[in-house]
Order: sequence, then structure tokens, then C-alpha cells
Amino acid sequence: MFDLLGTNLSSRLLLGTAQYPSPAILADAVKASGASVVTVSLRREMAGGRAGEKFWSLIRSLGVRILPNTAGCHSVKEAVTTAKMAREVFGTTWIKLEVIGNHDTLQPDVFGLVEAARILCEDGFAVFPYTTDDLVVAERLLEAGCKVLMPWCAPIGSALGPINIMSLRSMRGHFPGVPLIVDAGLGRPSHAATVMELGFDAVLLNTAVARAADPVGMAHAFGKAVEAGREAFCSGMLEPRDVAVPSTPTIGRAVFS
Amino acid sequence: MRLTVNGEAHEIAATTLADLLAVLDYEGDWLATAVNSDLVHKANRAEFQLSEGDRIEILSPMQGG
Repeated sequence: MFDLLGTNLSSRLLLGTAQYPSPAILADAVKASGASVVTVSLRREMAGGRAGEKFWSLIRSLGVRILPNTAGCHSVKEAVTTAKMAREVFGTTWIKLEVIGNHDTLQPDVFGLVEAARILCEDGFAVFPYTTDDLVVAERLLEAGCKVLMPWCAPIGSALGPINIMSLRSMRGHFPGVPLIVDAGLGRPSHAATVMELGFDAVLLNTAVARAADPVGMAHAFGKAVEAGREAFCSGMLEPRDVAVPSTPTIGRAVFS
Repeated sequence: MRLTVNGEAHEIAATTLADLLAVLDYEGDWLATAVNSDLVHKANRAEFQLSEGDRIEILSPMQGG
């Protein structure tokens, strides 16, 4: 079990719900992944509320915890209002806070992010900030009231995997007691295993599963990779060495000359 | 009264937000509403008086990552 902000979760994988080939494949992928949290969004309803109803009904049938997001928001005001609307619709104080600052990289506007986080934390939200791997920004987010951090490991949807291991390692080292969830940029199960081996508490991903040739198979693979990475971290890994060290005992070997 | 609903211009006689939702056939508990960028709680829609030029956003659950 994984205790996230006082909630016991059965998995350390959080899964997005966008871009799947069909609602049925989305549902099967969530089940195959073992994820106990899924991210959802709010968008303009153009069909009298019925499209939203259908999707919401599907998500509720999965029996998972909901993490609404403020995806697409580019200002503090937009993000705060969207978060409040999400709280009303989804009935949760959890919010994945996104304040996007750059169209090309989709990197967060960290200044707006800290400001929005402060407003929402004071209003009783449990804010999951989508942030960079910058330690100073991380400090400010914690000061603003965040109890969890979600650094990217590469730009959203890029599938590049952890492009700056040193920063992620540094973040883990600086905030030993803070739940850290890598959000954005994962492409392969091995990427998920890598960040879990670094000691991150969980991963959140979407595109790598939804756009795979077989999303259900990939969801299952990611679920196993997250478990493997966590178990490896908890089991203590060897530090790399520059020289060879024999694994077979040298004492007692035969002498033939 | 001229209103903008989800980015589209409408000429509507409704005077409250609840009336507007009924006229446009928006139904259900899964809708969230904002007027001029501020949330209007579900419980306050019936008494929320609309004004000429108001911008209304009606949002519902959608796929997200």
C-alpha cells in the first residue's frame, strides 16, 4: 500500500485518461495498469451535458480515485477558477495544478504556479503541482502549502524519459519526506523503473500508454515496471564501480601449474 | 439579453443562470459554471442574475492527463 496524503493507494502508478482509441480501451488499460488514481479534466460542454455525463459515468465505474487537472490554463486566475469548478464537479479537493508558461515546451510558469498553489492551499485544496525539477521552485511550492511535488522528467508527451537524472536525484535528496511523483515525459516502462529506482514515490503518465500500439498491454507493462523499480529501490542497489570484481570466490580455486 | 456561452454569442431571454441552463438544455450534476471567470456554485445558480454581455462557461468532465 502507498500512503498518499493520508489516502491508502494500492498502486504507485497514476494514469491519465486522454488520447485512448476508445472508452473501452481506456477502461481496460486502467484495469490492466492497476492504477488507483486517474487524472481527468474539465472542458466546455457542447452537447447539453451528455458527453460529459457519459465519460464521468465510465470513470466512476472504474472505482478509482480522481485527480482533476487544470490542463491548458495559462494564468493564475484561469487555474484557480478551473480548480474550484473541478472541486464542485468531481467532489474532491485533490487538484493537479498546471499553469503552462510556454507553448512549445509546455513547461510550467513556475511563478504563476506558486501563486496559484498558495491561493488554492489556503482554500483547502490538496495541490499536486506540475513543476520543473528546480529545487528553489520546489521550496516555494512547499512554503505555499503543497504537501506533494510533481516534477517533470521531460516535456509533456515527449516520451524522452528522465533527461536530467542528476536533478531528479538531487530533488529526492533534498526532500526526503515529501512525496515526489514524476509527471510528464515518460515514454517506456524502463523510464518508469528508472525514476522509481531513484526513490520517487510514484509516476503519473498518459501518452506513453494511450498512444501505444496496444494500450492495454503497455498499461500492464508500466504497472509492473513501477513495482519493479520500487522494489529495487527498497532493496538497496549496488553502486557502480569502475573496475571488475569477480563474483565467484577466488579462495579454493584449483591450481594446475 | 446578449450573452456569450462557451465562446459563442447567444441572444437569450433568461434572467438567471439556472434559467439559462434550462433554456440551452444543459442538464446534470456534473456541470460546473462560471460567469465572467468566477465560479458560480450549483446552489447559487437559481438566484444568480445575469447581465448584458456576461461571459458564461459551462464545463463538464473530459479526458485528461
